[in-house]
Amino acid sequence: MINADTIKKLENIVGKEHVSTDKADLICYSYDATQKQFLPEVVVHPGTSEEIARIMRMANEQSIPVFPRGAGSGFTGGSLPTAGGIVLALGRLDRIIEIDEENLVATVEPGVVTGQFQKAVEKLGLFYPPDPASLKFSTLGGNVAECAGGPRCVKYGVTKDFILGLEVVTPTGEIITTGGPTMKGVVGYDLTKLMCGSEGTLGIITRIIIKLLPLPEAKKTMLVLFDSIDGAAQAVSAIIRGKIIPTTLEFMDSATIDCGRQATDLEVPEQAQAVLIIEVDGERDLIEKQAKKINEIVQPLGVVETRIAETAGESEALWQIRRSVSASLRKVNPDKYNEDICVPRSKVPEMIRKVEQIANTSGIPIVNFGHAGDGNIHVNVMIDKQQPGQEEKAEQAIEAVFKAALDLGGTMSGEHGVGIMKAPYIPLELSGSVADYMKTIKKALDPNNVLNPGKIFIDTQEKD
Amino acid sequence: MPKAKLKKLEDYQEQIRQCVKCGACRAHCPVFGAEKHEGLVARGKVALSQALLDGDVEMKDKFLLDMSQCLLCGSCCAECPNKVPTEEIVAAARREIASKKGLSTFGKGVSTVLKSQGLMKTLTKSASAFSALLFKKLPESSGLRLRIPLPFVDRERTLPPIASKTFREQHPEFIEGEPGQPTVAFFTGCGINYLYPEIGEAMLKALKFIGVNVVIPKDQGCCGLPAVSAGAGETVEQLADQNLEALNRKPVDHIVTACASCNAGLGKIYAEMGEPFEQMAAKVEDIFVFLARHGLPEKLAALPKKEKRVRVTYHDPCHLRTRGITKEPRQILKALPQVDYIEMADAGTCCGLGGTYSVYHYETSQKIGAKKAQNINDSQAEMVATDCPGCIMQLQDSINHAGQKQQAVHILNLLVEALDELG
Ligand SMILES: Cc1cc2nc3c(=O)[nH]c(=O)nc-3n(C[C@H](O)[C@H](O)[C@H](O)COP(=O)(O)OP(=O)(O)OC[C@H]3O[C@@H](n4cnc5c(N)ncnc54)[C@H](O)[C@@H]3O)c2cc1C
Ligand code: SF4
Ligand code: SF4
Repeated sequence: MINADTIKKLENIVGKEHVSTDKADLICYSYDATQKQFLPEVVVHPGTSEEIARIMRMANEQSIPVFPRGAGSGFTGGSLPTAGGIVLALGRLDRIIEIDEENLVATVEPGVVTGQFQKAVEKLGLFYPPDPASLKFSTLGGNVAECAGGPRCVKYGVTKDFILGLEVVTPTGEIITTGGPTMKGVVGYDLTKLMCGSEGTLGIITRIIIKLLPLPEAKKTMLVLFDSIDGAAQAVSAIIRGKIIPTTLEFMDSATIDCGRQATDLEVPEQAQAVLIIEVDGERDLIEKQAKKINEIVQPLGVVETRIAETAGESEALWQIRRSVSASLRKVNPDKYNEDICVPRSKVPEMIRKVEQIANTSGIPIVNFGHAGDGNIHVNVMIDKQQPGQEEKAEQAIEAVFKAALDLGGTMSGEHGVGIMKAPYIPLELSGSVADYMKTIKKALDPNNVLNPGKIFIDTQEKD
Repeated sequence: MPKAKLKKLEDYQEQIRQCVKCGACRAHCPVFGAEKHEGLVARGKVALSQALLDGDVEMKDKFLLDMSQCLLCGSCCAECPNKVPTEEIVAAARREIASKKGLSTFGKGVSTVLKSQGLMKTLTKSASAFSALLFKKLPESSGLRLRIPLPFVDRERTLPPIASKTFREQHPEFIEGEPGQPTVAFFTGCGINYLYPEIGEAMLKALKFIGVNVVIPKDQGCCGLPAVSAGAGETVEQLADQNLEALNRKPVDHIVTACASCNAGLGKIYAEMGEPFEQMAAKVEDIFVFLARHGLPEKLAALPKKEKRVRVTYHDPCHLRTRGITKEPRQILKALPQVDYIEMADAGTCCGLGGTYSVYHYETSQKIGAKKAQNINDSQAEMVATDCPGCIMQLQDSINHAGQKQQAVHILNLLVEALDELG
């Protein structure tokens, strides 16, 4: 329980104007993109890592749970204050501290919005590739904490592949740094990687050192329609076997195409059962060659139609087809569960078939699209929550989807993390000893279990 | 006569439910962009509206402040995957607050909170001299009273001089066009009538050039948008009734506006009031859409380009942009012989005026305006043209504060010269 004394102390640490217990504020920091709501007891907006460290020390003394929050765009509830306590809103830490053009390294605070950072480096001819669909509003801190991915990760890798070092406030209130601005570094354990994807359970990231690349000169986008999902999947394997790693390899299955057809004036011929959006980037002559080669590779695989964008505007139009999908899903059913399983690339068609079976048995529509290039499929289970029984059915279907993915050597989540949404399913994927190994780390670093308790592992909520 | 009726907050329950809390609006809400607080973004305000419906929050303190922090610009809705109409939801919530606690509670509540936070500036003598003059002329119900009300106008704000004779006083109610031409009603709005009559003159010239018959009903009122912003539901409804009567007296084919707020007030707010308001709303057309439909851009483009030209950029008023009107104003501007058109960065972000918003939140409004002024400056334009008197007022104020030299004008101001040449 937080009392007046605690509030006073918090005000002393961060300043009165950055602490609020006003009901309106509690409501505004009670949700994220899971649409679940938990009211915190107080919202605090710290301005420095020192302030955060003092808050954590106080939280340990008084056993108050602390929940770090970026933009609250998470899909698994990582930022939700499930046990009341303090929401630590990190939006004030929003400076780009340095962009070092000589070493291609940038240093930022965690509250910087990903897309704004990308714009800033691109102005200098530099490039930060990870591109979650939420990039216009999610924060770099949230991206690191979830190890966010996006379409471009096929070629460039996910968030963790670009993080060289961090400043972290530990759960007990120490300030540590991990890694550093060098391209190599092997002294001690790789704590940077440990923090990536730790979902705010092992420390609060207060500074991020990021590796940059030169901005590719140009890109070329093509949209290929296939008469079967197998054709599209074979195309993915064939392109990669052909020693080309495209920047993106996005796919949509037939259910998704149907949605698009119903919702927008998407002009896609009836025979099209799957769509691939393929993009290559790099030097201009090189990508012309690559695009040509890709076209040759895919043509024998049941291609119904190929559209190649010649201008930026045309490329934008092709991407618009992919982007319109999410919104059009609502035409199928108003509510959705958005899961993001990942399987080995070659297993994508098999996975899609399994999902189709699951959809048929459960009687609930499921549409799939996502990052075919790295086997990361967005499985959207579409229901109407106002109809009784649908939620349970959806949950059964989701469990079946997870099991199918795991059977194929995959994982329950490629990018969205565990949070509270997938926590109950952890035993499906992690063996007892693996889970224990992880929990041992958590317990050692956060002995009083005050930092984001109840996330990833349900039983971290219990204290021993 | 059917009475106008606005929707209640509870009528928006389904739309509120459609907010999936994705956070995408954080990238598009100008207020959030300036003040980075979740209570200020659409997602927060939708959550607070739900809490109000559920009785989970009281009408006081931060709640009032957050609900007051909305420009009703609709930028969030335009980019929302589920098209949640936050601007309508907030307006309905404000009406709910005003109806429960009295009209002044909302304003007072907001200003008390603001004052306690040291944000609200003390009131001024210099600005009130202006306002006193203005207020003698303004009818009770004019939205300008809400936009620049006497006790609230900030000392810092630069305002346009007030016209000595209003636009409608200077013109007959009916101006005959060429035979066989349709009849349009000119809905002037308060800005043109009281502050910028020369925009009205330019508009008349353009309408005469096309050859249509023009009706300018003397008893037309304020469109009601500032009242929507203030939560004054009854005023909005009264104004809708008054305007319906004024605009329906003579059969007209179109109702043209040269003010984005009026365009949205008549075209969008009235459209939700059922018949016959819907029918009236369907006739509303922006002047440049009207002129483009009558082939003016082509005629202008045929004129020889002037040797000496001005660099002009365009600011999209939110109330046109979110209604899909972005092309036609640019078409006309680009076709003008004396204009070199330059597109500025973020032409579509709000200027920061927002109904009565800048009255209570002049500092935030200035922050939003400062970004705009910067973009205008970066574009190297000498003038910024737009399609709304409210935006002109705010843009000029922001430019002045930034110490820049550009002039904010209505596209119609620039069109006059070319019309003379077309004869
Ligand atoms: C429309 C939409 C599209 C999306 N698309 C993608 C996508 O393509 N790929 C993808 O990977 N994800 C995607 N996401 C999910 C989400 O945007 C990402 O997980 C993102 O990284 C979350 O960032 P955030 O700033 O919103 O963090 P939040 O949601 O606020 O927090 C997420 C987690 O990070 C922790 N956290 C936040 N900041 C810190 C910090 N500084 N230190 C320690 N812990 C911290 C929180 O405690 C929480 O556990 C999408 C979400 C939406 C709504
Ligand atoms: S208002 Fe729209 S954009 Fe904003 S959180 Fe809700 S659904 Fe997302
Ligand atoms: S209407 Fe404008 S100011 Fe209001 S929440 Fe939406 S984007 Fe923000």
